[in-house]
Amino acid sequence: MSQERRIKVLVAKLGLDGHDRGAKVIARALKDAGMEVVYTGLRQTPEQIVKAALQEDVDVIGVSILSGAHLELVPLVVQQMKEKGLNDVVLVVGGVIPPQDIPKLKEIGVDEVFLPGSSLKEITEKITKAVVTKRGLKIAS
Amino acid sequence: MLLERALEGDELSISRLLTKIEYMSSEGLESLQELMKRSGKAHVVGITGSPGAGKSTLIGELIKEYVTRGHRVGVILIDPSSPFSMGSFMGNRIRLTSVEEKNVFVRSIASRGHLGGISSEALMLIEALDGLGFDRIIVETVGAGQTDTDVVNGVHTIAVVNVPGTGDEIQALKAGIMEIGDVYVVNKADKVEAEMLFNVLRFAIDTAEVDYRDGWKPKLVKTIATKGVGIKETVDIFEEHLEYLKQKGIFDKRIRERRIKMMELLLRKKVNDVITKIIRENNEIISKKLNEEHDIIGILNEMYKLVKETM
Repeated sequence: MSQERRIKVLVAKLGLDGHDRGAKVIARALKDAGMEVVYTGLRQTPEQIVKAALQEDVDVIGVSILSGAHLELVPLVVQQMKEKGLNDVVLVVGGVIPPQDIPKLKEIGVDEVFLPGSSLKEITEKITKAVVTKRGLKIAS
Repeated sequence: MLLERALEGDELSISRLLTKIEYMSSEGLESLQELMKRSGKAHVVGITGSPGAGKSTLIGELIKEYVTRGHRVGVILIDPSSPFSMGSFMGNRIRLTSVEEKNVFVRSIASRGHLGGISSEALMLIEALDGLGFDRIIVETVGAGQTDTDVVNGVHTIAVVNVPGTGDEIQALKAGIMEIGDVYVVNKADKVEAEMLFNVLRFAIDTAEVDYRDGWKPKLVKTIATKGVGIKETVDIFEEHLEYLKQKGIFDKRIRERRIKMMELLLRKKVNDVITKIIRENNEIISKKLNEEHDIIGILNEMYKLVKETM
């Protein structure tokens, strides 16, 4: 009587900027797409984010960062994920990211980067696709 | 084996195992059976109360106090699923600042459409965490208010969190949730209306307006969760209630009730799945017969027969 899985996502604000409107909009959109969203809010350290992701057994970690410190902080998230063994968890980053930084982020292990202007539909679809390939899940419709 | 590593305390294994149990995969259910041989030791405390009462903040403080006293704490946070998309927004973890502590495991789950707040998944997770050696388990239930009473079957001790200034005393006396507490917490006790609420609750308890479950006269405590005030006192009361339950032989009785409730919910889910399938498959026939022949009795009997055959 095994049930179909719902995608579980952690949405967190990484670092010190206090702007969480975008993260909340994304969290809401993912919820409306049928996902189970754990929202951990503002000013989270890489350790806190990965610890929460570990205990919640999420399929996706979504971090929002607007401070410009993504090249310093995102690698720390990736490092923590490796240390904790979260190798099959999808990592997506959203926020104000200069386009030239995207390849650098993808190179260290970020699965998708969403810039301002990304449509909610695109974000939802790309996340679902990444989960299916990386976690091999059968997703509930 | 996942179960063995989880029993050794490996966090990732615990986490993955809980998911398998939550989704009732065969490995999950087999592991749960194993864990049930070990469970039945943890003191399970339910925290309930209306949204905004400060449940999550209070739980954050309770965790710290339990850890200080040397306990391993499991926490289950239940949030409602959207009835439209079946997705959910679980934000209760925001206020748990103490979860970086060792010996604390916090899991958020969506209610997935179960009324009564505590779902079969939550009951299975209680059983699992108990079997994994967490000796204090806190369950935060949907503060859906007055009918959220299924929680009674899952926990040993129920704390109802009240907050001053949400209405007159009549609200506090309404039937349902107010009758179920073993402990009544007046949170945000630094608010001006706190004293009045405290007195109303005192009166309700003294005059047995609320239930004395198993002969226990409910206790009343003031807290200011954001400042850590009243937390020690609250945990002391929980421990006193635990002692009371053990002395009276009620502790094990509650565990047996919780397991029966778990089986009931699992069975209901199984039957419900069959009904959902039958309705979906026969949508057109049902619609045709209802709208053209108006034969409610005939269809009902026919569908019932199909349900029985499928089971």
